[in-house]
Amino acid sequence: MTPVDGPGVSNPNLPVDRSVTEGRVPSADPEQIPQLAEVDCPPELQARIEELAARYPDRRSASLPALWAVQERYGWCTPEGIRQAAAVLRFTPAYLESVASFYDLFHTRKVGVHKVHVCTNISCWMRGADELLDAFKAAAAGDDDQFFVTGFECLGACDIAPMASIDDRYYGPLEAAEAGVAIEQLRQGAEVLPEKALAKRGLAGDSPTPSGGGV
Amino acid sequence: MPHQLETRVLLEGAEDVRLRTLDGYKDLVGGYATLERAYKEMEQDEILKELEDSGLRGRGGAGFAMGKKASFLPRGDMEKYLCCNADESEPGAFKDRELMQRNPHQLIEGIAIAALAADAGRAFIFIRGEYDEQADILDAAVAEAYEAGYLGTNILGRHRDLELVVHRGAGAYICGEETALLDALEGKRGNPRLKPPFPAVQGLYGGPTLINNVETLSNVPRIVSKGAQWFRGFGTEQSPGTKVVSISGGVRRPGNYEVELGIPTRELIYGLAGGPLPGREIKAFYPGGSSSPVLTAEEGMDLPYSFEAMAEAGSMLGSGSIIVADDRVSIPHMALRTARFYHHESCGKCAPCREGTNWTVKMLERVVRGEATPMDLDIISSVQDNIMGHCLCVLGDSMAMPVAAMVRKFRGEFEQVMAAAAGMVDPHVVVQAPPETLGASV
Repeated sequence: MTPVDGPGVSNPNLPVDRSVTEGRVPSADPEQIPQLAEVDCPPELQARIEELAARYPDRRSASLPALWAVQERYGWCTPEGIRQAAAVLRFTPAYLESVASFYDLFHTRKVGVHKVHVCTNISCWMRGADELLDAFKAAAAGDDDQFFVTGFECLGACDIAPMASIDDRYYGPLEAAEAGVAIEQLRQGAEVLPEKALAKRGLAGDSPTPSGGGV
Repeated sequence: MPHQLETRVLLEGAEDVRLRTLDGYKDLVGGYATLERAYKEMEQDEILKELEDSGLRGRGGAGFAMGKKASFLPRGDMEKYLCCNADESEPGAFKDRELMQRNPHQLIEGIAIAALAADAGRAFIFIRGEYDEQADILDAAVAEAYEAGYLGTNILGRHRDLELVVHRGAGAYICGEETALLDALEGKRGNPRLKPPFPAVQGLYGGPTLINNVETLSNVPRIVSKGAQWFRGFGTEQSPGTKVVSISGGVRRPGNYEVELGIPTRELIYGLAGGPLPGREIKAFYPGGSSSPVLTAEEGMDLPYSFEAMAEAGSMLGSGSIIVADDRVSIPHMALRTARFYHHESCGKCAPCREGTNWTVKMLERVVRGEATPMDLDIISSVQDNIMGHCLCVLGDSMAMPVAAMVRKFRGEFEQVMAAAAGMVDPHVVVQAPPETLGASV
């Protein structure tokens, strides 16, 4: 490979594979792209994916939104769902599956209805995230159809450490004992830990300064 | 009332939930007045000049001058794009979440004005998939802005168009890297691209693309309305403006605080975040997210919190996120958590990062299990040296920098933990941290 001449300089003649500069290009082999008629795509899913694709100048950009739509419809990215989305977007299913498997939030295996992500990264770990994750796992044990509990990398809520994302909403700071309460509330269909919801918190600087911590 | 050490500019009025709506944004802080002026009265160069003169540095991590970046986009009749990087996934960072949740319209107005400066007709907000709540808030705000005629075609009757789409990621730290973000936005796996060409020249769909962080773009409306000189009235010469700083870990009052850059770090950690938890002492901290080399309390506490001071101290301001480690935290275990994160998030495209993060995790696991020898610490350091600067993007460096700093600055503690775990010494006598400390279970 020839060296590149300095930062900021565009060198369109770089002798490199296009996939190196622009990422993998999806295969467009028509033989491998399923026909809509053969995948039995539910009409509302098809309409939803078409609508999402129309938001982008290049409809291939809709692969992530389409996978979200598949996951919403089936609970996870089922092979059939991926084939349906691939047929609508004119991708090969293999390509779309390779995209799905790259991202942590797409499930290519069946998971429980309620998703609990416990952050176990640095700030949460310092404040008891491992114990919280254990507590959630214990509370949800044996009910894999209903619950998917997993540790997760930083969820971007270190201010409420230790915290968990429960069905896409953030809660914290949580005591280990509250894990059981939350799981029970999910079972009952009740509102989860209302007083711990991130949405209800004020700005940190507006809460009273704790005593004894001055400069 | 905000604390006297806070200077709320971006967070002005943010305690009021009405700010989230378009009407609230207009009533409470005079929102969208700048957009109207920019679209009706201002030329592209005028906006660019204001941004360049302000010296606004990118708030996403690299700290590159925003106005300069915008000026790199070629002129001429072609499709150009603006991407807002809202894939905030750096451990310790949660400021963009706060800004989007409390003031989505400030970001939208900033995007619309920056799009004028970049001459972009399409804009995207790439938000991490985990921020579902914030993405819903943005969706609602974008719909309001379309309704009011601030987005869409023929904005304010001035023959300018801007389409804005909120694009949700799906859980991959690497998508915060700007070229990986572009790949993800094009519907691919989020792998970084070879640079150059830089996105400003050849980015999304091959067109010139301006990519900026949420906080950077949120600064734009006020810089354009009040002027570069007003903005330079805050902060330091090389780090002008205010910064929303996320403080977490071993402090009494973790959270986001907006301060002038250059404020003493001690005032952030003690004055605002309340100092260490009762009975503890601060041992070290990451000054700019988990990618920044840790500073010991002794080294860092009295430094001004600015880009230049942190760089001079051998670390970086990064995304402006402080993670405090107190005396209960075992540094080798913290290094392992850090390395595991980058190992998990490495996209696997370049060998030094893919292999280096993996080996670093394995070696640190041996350290905390007591299976390592002091020589292994030298090997860990040399692995970090072999990652730095050798990859397409900085993900590998982001692990190498903090891990190398921890091994260098806390070598004694690594050796103690190793010896204690191997059962060679009584941990109660030698190891500073008692056995019930964090990290006792790996």
